[in-house]
Amino acid sequence: MLDAALQGILLGGYYAVLAAGLSLMFGVIRFINLAHGDLAILGAYLVLFCAERFGLSPWLALVLVLPVMGLFGWVLQGALFARTMRGGFLLPLLTTFGLGAVLQNGMFGLFGSDARSLGNAIGSLSWESWQLPFGISLGKLPVITFGIAVFVLVALQLVLSHTRLGRAIRATSADAEAAELVGVDARTVHRAAAAIAVALAGLAGALLAMRALVNPYAGPAQLIFAFEAVVIGGIGSLWGTLVGGIILGVAQSFGSLLSPQWFQLAGHVVFLGVLGARLYFSHAGRRGGLRFLLTGAR
Amino acid sequence: MSLLSVENLVARHGLLTAVHDFSCTIEPGEVVAIVGANGAGKTTLFRAIAGVHTAAGGTIRLAGADITALPPHRRVAAGIAMVPEGRRLFSEMTVDENLRIACENGRRGSWTLATVLEALPQLQPLLRVPAGGLSGGQRQAVAIGRALMSNPALLLLDEVSLGLSPIAVAGLYESLAALKAGGTTTMVVVEQDLDRVLGFADRVICMLEGRAVLEGRASELSRSQIASAYFGLATGQVH
Repeated sequence: MLDAALQGILLGGYYAVLAAGLSLMFGVIRFINLAHGDLAILGAYLVLFCAERFGLSPWLALVLVLPVMGLFGWVLQGALFARTMRGGFLLPLLTTFGLGAVLQNGMFGLFGSDARSLGNAIGSLSWESWQLPFGISLGKLPVITFGIAVFVLVALQLVLSHTRLGRAIRATSADAEAAELVGVDARTVHRAAAAIAVALAGLAGALLAMRALVNPYAGPAQLIFAFEAVVIGGIGSLWGTLVGGIILGVAQSFGSLLSPQWFQLAGHVVFLGVLGARLYFSHAGRRGGLRFLLTGAR
Repeated sequence: MSLLSVENLVARHGLLTAVHDFSCTIEPGEVVAIVGANGAGKTTLFRAIAGVHTAAGGTIRLAGADITALPPHRRVAAGIAMVPEGRRLFSEMTVDENLRIACENGRRGSWTLATVLEALPQLQPLLRVPAGGLSGGQRQAVAIGRALMSNPALLLLDEVSLGLSPIAVAGLYESLAALKAGGTTTMVVVEQDLDRVLGFADRVICMLEGRAVLEGRASELSRSQIASAYFGLATGQVH
């Protein structure tokens, strides 16, 4: 049990990195990016490409790929996302859904359909572990992943709290028009936020490819995990994202104790449970709550 | 040269024309009050001047330069700051952060955190407090301080005393009077309280249904003249 809990917490670190970008985009730009998972896989493939083609260490490749992903996010926001937002709330969903399909098939065309992994490139790190008392072994890679997640969230928090860009991001997310009125260029702030979000997606994708196999169509499943972590943790909250990721990871980890199929299912069940509970508690006082939904009685 | 000149400005909300062929000029150092009933177009006029409402026609010039096509943040850089209706503070950020963000993104000039706190000493003990937790009068003071931090040549104050207690309004006008006495900040205020307007402003423009129906020096206008223009009973110019 303790082992499953620890493994789940470490897995939650990966979900937190994956979800942080999605949460940032939603919190600052009010934009739901359905291609987030596919962008993560794109990041993974770019790192794979650098590692295989040029023989770079995956970590060095990651350092090169993250700015490229950030630039891609900047361009996407400027050229695509901002335009779709002027067309109502449905258009961004349709557009990013389509962008996801383009990314999936583009990666399929460029890199083929084989499932690939960075496992070989990181060498012994993929299987080495630390032995703890009570027969628990913690894989080095999951621990490093969790460490990166905490580092990323702390860094993001520091940027948001103490830098000029961070203040501009928070002001824009609170009231974009008021931010414009004090001289903040909301368009640039939105682009910067999208750049950070897409770079984070790329980081998550590379971490995924280190621990598991990825294929060009793996994005949508990652998007669902990211969504679940964001919703469980509370939308727009940075540390909530980590909590949500950990809850999701622990649920999956306990689920897989029951049977391998329960790995994903347990995560979905907890997600639906949290949604249901939130619905119940927020509506219970006003409308008669779940009982009202079930019985239709006043 | 006029600091601000608005020529034949038209602004719409969908099919409704809120500002109709409006023209005015504001001289440097002047304090102008805009009065009018609800729906007369005062707020839309301000929003069009600040750039957050796109003008459907006409020209806005600041110190001779055409700014009609500039986005709001570029107008801040050009020297316009607006205290919007409802203050619109960043409520989860502290007072200090609210002031600082305007300083970081606005123009450089004589207004700094120190000089703003000198002009609005009531903000000094509130610097670490989140803006969402303040009273109405404090929020308005922060909003004015925030606008000053961007070192505007022209300060637009929308609905200055709306929703404030009489004591808060009195305190606020003390601060504004001191600002006016400084003589460097040109102000345009929207205010419902006619006594305040006549006591504070140099010049009054009365709007009715999107048009300027009465304009004159505050010292030469009577309450009854303004009241009849306000309700659309008479129009005219007094100089």
